[in-house]
Amino acid sequence: MKKKLVVIGNGMAGARLVEELLLRGGKERFDIVMFGDEPYGNYNRILLSNVLAGAHDPKDIFINPLRWYEENNITLHAGVRVVAVDRHAKIVRGDNGGVEPYDDVVFALGSSAFVPRMEGTAQEGVFVFRTLDDCDSILKYIPGRKTAAVIGGGLLGLEAARGLLQRGMNVHVVHLMNHLMELQLDRTAGGILQRTLLQMGLRIHLEKATCEILGQDGAVTGLRFQDGGTLDCDMVVVSAGIRPNTQLAREAGLTVARGIVVGDDLASPDDPHVFAIGECSEHAGKTYGLVAPLWDQARVLAERLSARKPGATYHGSRVATKLKVMGVDLAVMGEREASTENDEEVTYAEAKRGVYKKVIVRDGRIVGAILLGDPEAAPGLVQSFDRGAEVPENRAELLFRLDGGDGRAAASLESLPDEAQICNCNGISKGDILRAVRGGARSLKVLCESTRAGTGCGTCKGDVGALLELAAGDAVVEDPSVHYYVPGVPLPKPELVEEIRARGLTSVSAVFRELAGGKEDTASKPGLASLLKTLWGKEYVDERDARFINDRVHANIQRDATFSVIPRIYGGVTSADQLRKIANAADKYGAKMVKITGGQRIDLLGIKKEDLPHVWRDLDMPSGHAYSKAFRTCKTCVGTDFCRYGVGDSTGLGIAIEERFQGIESPHKMKLATAGCPRNCSEATTKDIGAVATSGGTWEIYVGGAAGSRVRKGDILCTVDSHDSVLRYMGRFMQYYRENAKYLERTYDFVERVGIEEVRKVVVDDVEGIGARLDADIEASVQAYADPWKEVPHVTQFSEKLEPLEPVLARASGE
Amino acid sequence: MSTWNLGSVERIALGEGRTFRAGELEVAVFRTRAGELFATQAQCPHGQGPLADGIVGAARVVCPLHAYTFDLRTGCVTQGACDTLRTYPVEVSSTGEVILHV
Repeated sequence: MKKKLVVIGNGMAGARLVEELLLRGGKERFDIVMFGDEPYGNYNRILLSNVLAGAHDPKDIFINPLRWYEENNITLHAGVRVVAVDRHAKIVRGDNGGVEPYDDVVFALGSSAFVPRMEGTAQEGVFVFRTLDDCDSILKYIPGRKTAAVIGGGLLGLEAARGLLQRGMNVHVVHLMNHLMELQLDRTAGGILQRTLLQMGLRIHLEKATCEILGQDGAVTGLRFQDGGTLDCDMVVVSAGIRPNTQLAREAGLTVARGIVVGDDLASPDDPHVFAIGECSEHAGKTYGLVAPLWDQARVLAERLSARKPGATYHGSRVATKLKVMGVDLAVMGEREASTENDEEVTYAEAKRGVYKKVIVRDGRIVGAILLGDPEAAPGLVQSFDRGAEVPENRAELLFRLDGGDGRAAASLESLPDEAQICNCNGISKGDILRAVRGGARSLKVLCESTRAGTGCGTCKGDVGALLELAAGDAVVEDPSVHYYVPGVPLPKPELVEEIRARGLTSVSAVFRELAGGKEDTASKPGLASLLKTLWGKEYVDERDARFINDRVHANIQRDATFSVIPRIYGGVTSADQLRKIANAADKYGAKMVKITGGQRIDLLGIKKEDLPHVWRDLDMPSGHAYSKAFRTCKTCVGTDFCRYGVGDSTGLGIAIEERFQGIESPHKMKLATAGCPRNCSEATTKDIGAVATSGGTWEIYVGGAAGSRVRKGDILCTVDSHDSVLRYMGRFMQYYRENAKYLERTYDFVERVGIEEVRKVVVDDVEGIGARLDADIEASVQAYADPWKEVPHVTQFSEKLEPLEPVLARASGE
Repeated sequence: MSTWNLGSVERIALGEGRTFRAGELEVAVFRTRAGELFATQAQCPHGQGPLADGIVGAARVVCPLHAYTFDLRTGCVTQGACDTLRTYPVEVSSTGEVILHV
């Protein structure tokens, strides 16, 4: 006769327990019934911030879909809240009136968002951030709103802030304490983290107690703090901590302190048939808010219940965790501060790079560590911490890899026990990964998909890859799609180019027809259009539907579906006449903003789509290409024209560059600059391509610079002595980049991938003997250029929206 | 339900979409390269992006603002977390005109 197990809670703890139980033959022993508040299968709560940020689709965070319950004969009451557990009658009651008897019951209730006492929390625009539904409500509220305040600067609050930031909001984090993440970090680390987050655009307010959420007409307008200050915002996310869900247990007469009290057997001291695991439970005076302890508890309880190891006990978890806070790598373990006189603290701080490392050593062993901004040092430390290994005499070896080699990481993975957790997000151990590899998962992609390792925050992906290599050796299969030029056509760029040339494919639809089995792929269309235009020039058969809207209408779509228009102003040098034209167009077409851009051009923002052709006509200036994946602008300083220091004519050179290369398509946009002296006022060394005049009458050409989402100083390609030579080598580099870069690969990634020496060999030293050919091909593209604003407008795009027509009363088909 | 005549099918470029106004309602009508017609609400539920300006491939449209992707047959989102689009019946009459039912 099978016993009946009721699990209350279908979150990470409850579902994990059932998974572990199934692995141990639990199905033979128990009929399993689960209750879940939320009407879904179970999902990985850790990844909610990624959903908020738009990096994950909600369906990707599900651990077990509803089908899994069916397949395993588990009765799931999804969307049913348990309202009572009657321990005398041994029954559980749901809020739908249903009753389930049990032999054993497990409380896996998790925890709830804690909302501190303050006024105004009932208004529209106030959210907590705990469930998929919370996430959904927040996302629905964002459109049309600009500024969000997150109350709480702990891990979850920062995760919420990241999500909102990535959705384009201005985000303020309001924190009660004097540094961020005070539960995990010491003050120095908190300060360094803060500095890094500020650079990412977050605004941070410390030591602020919010006493009221201000509103108007029932919707949020701001916050008021205890010190009297206020902050304007359109929405508020409260993420000030969690509280174990214990109400149900209290009402069932169980001992509850902060959480539901359990012993080493994970059972309540009041009732041997009642167990509690996860965030709702309290063991040895501790409650946990991280996943690793939950995995430990689920395993121990599964061993007891399945009777595989009826005597298994839980002795608390040593919490070592890797966190991904807004793209900042952070690992914390054990204690945060030295607490005895004999404790040693070994620290290293480098605020500017966002690096902070601290290890607390007691009796020659690690009892705590904080590692910020150095993911490589983490696995070794976690391992030493977990095993209580003796630390090296030279403590510096704890913080730095003194051998400089990469061998150690692999070696340390090799020596890890099978139970060692590799993926914290999904609780996947080394053993799980090795089993999957032995079971046939031979590429990183397949391995990650089949085990779910690496599909969370992604920080462990390197380790997963290393384990794959360890286990499969030569049998590792590289997933081919990572080399495809576009996802929908299964060919790497060189092969794709060869096929396109050999078969004479001059249109995007022809490529789909011939090389992708006729299957159109939206994500592949713009990349193919760009490549075909690069390859065929004038012979390219332009299909408008393959272009992104910006390239269909030669303007840049904005968040409110209006467009911005940038006329070309060569080298940034304009005239009163041009300015008048621009001003007139701005007036006539109701530009919502007229802005000088970072590329020293004038942007007319907020132009209606249907007005675009009229704006171009009125401007009567060439298209400035602020929209295409193409050469954009060449920023200049005044060089020798007016500057006291100028040693080269940067303005003249910039104009020549812009006239020559205007509109040249490429895998990604190219931003250029010329500087008249090494003072570099036009920032030429951080552009895709830049030229800097030196006092010797020469020009240094830089390639692969970046000052956008990341900053990189360009590498010197070569030094030449005339404007003509600058134009020649710039053009040759552009063509080389156009032919060899992946779609959407900026020059700075391309140069790093290929290596500047290699680029220099081909482009400058011409070791492959293709220099003349590259020159000729870029020249052909220059010659093929036509100003898109002079084209006949694409009528079906620009014709006005239809006015209402007379309704046709009878259906035309005569039904 | 009302019925609207949007005129010749040629008014919608092959492989693209176009916004029409039927009374108070804005509707995006798509004409795929395979020759099928679809009609959905005009704005993306996520950020009100103009769906007719999106990229169409097979029977999908990608919103130009944040790349949420929808199946034109069902209106269901296939990439991103977003509400389902309202879809409307649309057909070509015997005289080659596009007939929309909203």
